[in-house]
Amino acid sequence: MIQVDKLTKYFGATCAVDQISFEVKKGEIVGLLGPNGAGKTTTLRILTCYMQPSSGNVKLKDYNIYDHPLKIKNQIGYLPESAPLYPEMLVYDYLRFVAGVRGLKGEKQFLRIKELALLCGLNEIMHKSIHELSKGYKQRVGLAHAMMSNPEILVLDEPTSGLDPNQISEIREIIKAIGKEKTILLSTHILSEADATCNRVIIINRGKIVADGATEDIKKDTSDEYIVNVSLQFTDFNSVKKSLDAIPEVNEVVLTNSKSDGIEISLKCVNKKDVRPEIYEIIKKNDWPLLEFYKKTKTLEKTFQELTKEF
Amino acid sequence: MKNTKHIFKKEFKGYFVSPIAYIVISIFLILTGWFFFSTFFLYNQAELRNFFSLLPLIFSFIIPAITMRLFSEEFNTGSYELTFTLPFSSVDIILGKFLACASFVVIMLLPTVSYGIFISFLGELDWGAVIGSYIGAILLGASFSAIGLFASSLTHNQIIAFIIGMAICFSLTLIDKMLFFLPESALNLFQFLGADFHFQNISRGIIDSRDVFYFISICFVMLYSTHLVIEEGR
Repeated sequence: MIQVDKLTKYFGATCAVDQISFEVKKGEIVGLLGPNGAGKTTTLRILTCYMQPSSGNVKLKDYNIYDHPLKIKNQIGYLPESAPLYPEMLVYDYLRFVAGVRGLKGEKQFLRIKELALLCGLNEIMHKSIHELSKGYKQRVGLAHAMMSNPEILVLDEPTSGLDPNQISEIREIIKAIGKEKTILLSTHILSEADATCNRVIIINRGKIVADGATEDIKKDTSDEYIVNVSLQFTDFNSVKKSLDAIPEVNEVVLTNSKSDGIEISLKCVNKKDVRPEIYEIIKKNDWPLLEFYKKTKTLEKTFQELTKEF
Repeated sequence: MKNTKHIFKKEFKGYFVSPIAYIVISIFLILTGWFFFSTFFLYNQAELRNFFSLLPLIFSFIIPAITMRLFSEEFNTGSYELTFTLPFSSVDIILGKFLACASFVVIMLLPTVSYGIFISFLGELDWGAVIGSYIGAILLGASFSAIGLFASSLTHNQIIAFIIGMAICFSLTLIDKMLFFLPESALNLFQFLGADFHFQNISRGIIDSRDVFYFISICFVMLYSTHLVIEEGR
């Protein structure tokens, strides 16, 4: 669907995007992750024909950004970062403007606006001027703008920034629902968002792709180390440490939190073997009141930090 | 090109939903009305020539005030990204904005037709010259709109856009008043460059293709420069 080939963009002497290549297939929800200034927004801006790359190419179906920018713009619904809408227009006028540009007329236009107003929760603000809107509402109008023509490809630059938690989960639901039929490319630096909505993640750092794969694969732990957290009631740390140190795979026992009624400890384990049964045996034998017991799975956050760490 | 009308409609409506249109039109009418009628009865002649001779100067600062926001504001609020990622080409955007501004100038000139009607009751008014002058005024307004649009495409700051636009318009208006400073060989060239010179020619009621060509080429050069600036910025 979208083919990005050795895309490079310089701003003066700074290289914002450095030889990025990836492909997005139909029906994928792809999250573009990266720290601030990694080149996410620039990549999306080139994709949507707002900017021209210094070199490289982007193809959308059979069209490329140099020869058919209008055809590409017609098929993409784009929500720019922080939804910069025309401040002096009324929401309704704005949506009508977008609908007109997208070729919707008369009854069709009216119905589509009504449908989107319901989907994005815009009914109460239809007759407000855009500069009066809060950031969250602006974002919703921006989403309605992007979805107006029911485009095959949606490009969303930080779609949930500025929204409250309820709205965030609503928007995520919307994205997931649309993602069943459409191709979505979204950028974010909120990792839980990528985790919750995307089925594929591309991590960019300093203009280069550092990871690309299914969200599950990227999170998968490749190292031999893992951590088991245990929380015990009315127990003395020293005795616990002594007993658990006896397991050869447990490298280190650390007290993470000590409360009046109990302790929380974390066990650093090496070797791929799962030692949880052994740990549980010891707990059972000593009859320590067990409150919590879990293996810490590697989060996307952890992977992200590892991949984008500044040296 | 077919999407030009959407930009045109949006920009043209934009003038009238905000106070800009009403403020600018009021100031324009007060200024021209005051300067024209304060001397009109002294001359004791039923003609609009003095009104039209004021126009290049007044347009020089009124039109940049109308055009200054066209690109600068969009660059500043970031809405330009939205405009440009909708299926518009830069030609659509530039032409739409230009036509909106030029049409606004026509709307601004409409109330002054009443001056002509009023004067025609006082004496014999040469309608030929008046119609010629209006055509000239529209051409002049369109050229200055193109200049203002170009100035607006250069910067994020509306005030700077206004000052650049005004500087270019004033130069073109005043250049043929400065001819006595110039060597004789350059006279013709600089006279030909002056907007006022061509406008006064048309105002006499004689529509010469050279004068029309001058205004059309100013529009073309300025709009094309805007196009280059916009493309360069990508």
